[in-house]
Amino acid sequence: MATGHGLSLTAVSQLSWRNLWRNQRRTIIMLLAIAVGVWAMIFMTALMRGMVDQMIEDGIDALPGYVQLHHPDYRDDPNVENSLPPPGPELLVALGSPPVEAWARRVKVPAMASSERNNRAVMLLGVDPQPEIAVGFDPSSIVAGRFLEGPNDPGLVVGRKLLERLETDLGKRIVIMSQGPNNSIADRGFRIVGVFEGKLSAQEENLVYAAIGTTQELLGMGEQISEIAVKGGDYRDASALYAWVEQAAGGQYEVLPWTKLDTYLGLMLGVMDGFVLVWVVVIFMALSFGLVNTLMMAVFERVREFGLMQALGMKPASILYQVLLEALMLLILGLLLGNVMAVASIMPLRDGIDLSIVAEGIEMMGASSTLYPALKPKDLVMANTVVIVLGILTSLLPAWRASRYRPVEAIAKT
Amino acid sequence: MAEIKCVELCKTYRQGDAIIKALDHVSLDIEQGAFICLSGPSGSGKTTLLNMIGGLDALDSGEISIDGQRVDLLEKGALADLRLHHIGFVFQSYNLIPVLSARENVEFVMQVQGVPAAERRRKSMAILEEVGLKDMEGRRPSQLSGGQQQRVAVARAIVSQPKLVLADEPTANLDSVSAKHLMELFVELNQNHRVTFLISTHDERVMRYAQRLVRMRDGKVVSDEIQISD
Repeated sequence: MATGHGLSLTAVSQLSWRNLWRNQRRTIIMLLAIAVGVWAMIFMTALMRGMVDQMIEDGIDALPGYVQLHHPDYRDDPNVENSLPPPGPELLVALGSPPVEAWARRVKVPAMASSERNNRAVMLLGVDPQPEIAVGFDPSSIVAGRFLEGPNDPGLVVGRKLLERLETDLGKRIVIMSQGPNNSIADRGFRIVGVFEGKLSAQEENLVYAAIGTTQELLGMGEQISEIAVKGGDYRDASALYAWVEQAAGGQYEVLPWTKLDTYLGLMLGVMDGFVLVWVVVIFMALSFGLVNTLMMAVFERVREFGLMQALGMKPASILYQVLLEALMLLILGLLLGNVMAVASIMPLRDGIDLSIVAEGIEMMGASSTLYPALKPKDLVMANTVVIVLGILTSLLPAWRASRYRPVEAIAKT
Repeated sequence: MAEIKCVELCKTYRQGDAIIKALDHVSLDIEQGAFICLSGPSGSGKTTLLNMIGGLDALDSGEISIDGQRVDLLEKGALADLRLHHIGFVFQSYNLIPVLSARENVEFVMQVQGVPAAERRRKSMAILEEVGLKDMEGRRPSQLSGGQQQRVAVARAIVSQPKLVLADEPTANLDSVSAKHLMELFVELNQNHRVTFLISTHDERVMRYAQRLVRMRDGKVVSDEIQISD
């Protein structure tokens, strides 16, 4: 294959490859710099991606359901007045079909939990235990006692932290007080039958689980519910699920995906790709100084050769092409090395990095104490693409300089 | 074949505040198959004249034509083509490509010309044999002596049978034996292949080989003599 300037691709490649290794020490140092830079891009991105994924997953676990249906006014005022009737036949059919994998109805109202020693504001969740587990509640999070056993279980499941705050214990009774219809006060004593441990301390402190039938009876709301939680597919792209449920729900419900329900988490997912790109570009910019310097030095050392090649009839474009190919070879070798280093350092950490020593700090950010690095193909592609594309663009300057020498002056250089 | 006409060539360089007249109204006719030496002290304009004829530098004024084609009017790309297909260069300091072997250096011009690999190899081996370097085809320039490097440079200049070879002080860095061998090679190529040679030198030994001796001083031709061989 010819380059369009007489010299074949093989010949130019051979020249570029040999020139690359003319100053082995300089080339190896640059290769290592590129490799470490690429390693940092991929490794740190995997850590950040893992942390953000964990935050989102924990957040979704705390608010199970990738899509939720509410009364249009519920989110502004989550009381029993803004409740929904049970799902009608059309919605039930939709909720029983793909892409829906599971769904659960809930009563969810603010309440006050009081023990004989203390009281706390909580969110009372009236749930049907089996569907709730199907949409995301993790039964293994119960660390004492049991989870609810049916829609009319009289017991209450509370978080470990709430138990401490209320200075009460498993098996003891606490009073749950909330607002019933027509601003009436609804209260009832519940025996604590289970204690759960949440991934986030906020969950443990704020959520109390009661059976849905018991809660509806307490609040005097009949068969009414506060929300329907729907799960299906990959949480990163809930758009198909959202469209399906919204179409089936009709106009009487407010249907929202989790990204809108928890805008902080939604934003985290949205900005992560942009953040990765910025991170990769920032590291590349640091690298690019070394790359340009290396190529500039390689060009200055060979001014006479470039002049000679032009004197012999090689066209400037061919010289530009030769230097660019040299840069491309350097970049590809650096990328290969960097990718191998990154994968080799991420794979042993697949089982997670224990961050319990700084657990409280990172829990404030909504992340859990074990970090699982997430090596995503798209992040690898992005890092490699940025290095190649920006690397070639950066190399254009030295390559252009090499091609612009006047042969008569270049040959005279000593 | 190469018939060269130089008419009223002028070229000045600026060196600080001073203006140097490198070529001062130089006119020269070079017939095809000639073997000409340009002699004169450093700064007399020999190299500048060679550079102008080879299209490596631009004139201030004047005309140069090779076989009727005006070199001074050609664009950069056309000049590169002219050098590639019609002119062979031999420089004072060998100017080989260090990362290529002797054979690859000889093949370089043919590679740029797009000559097929087998033909390149055949021609380069033949010319290396002719310059006495057949056994050193795989050596890099750093593994060759100055004389051997210059012979590789000569082989590269003539391998694709140019009409004209421009040699700038080709023996300046050679010992007397190597210089003699090189000049004998030039003469042989001139006589056997009718290649036109234009050689700049201030080496009296080299001048003795020339059929015609053009002396320059301060950018002007001061004498132009036909030499009778011994």
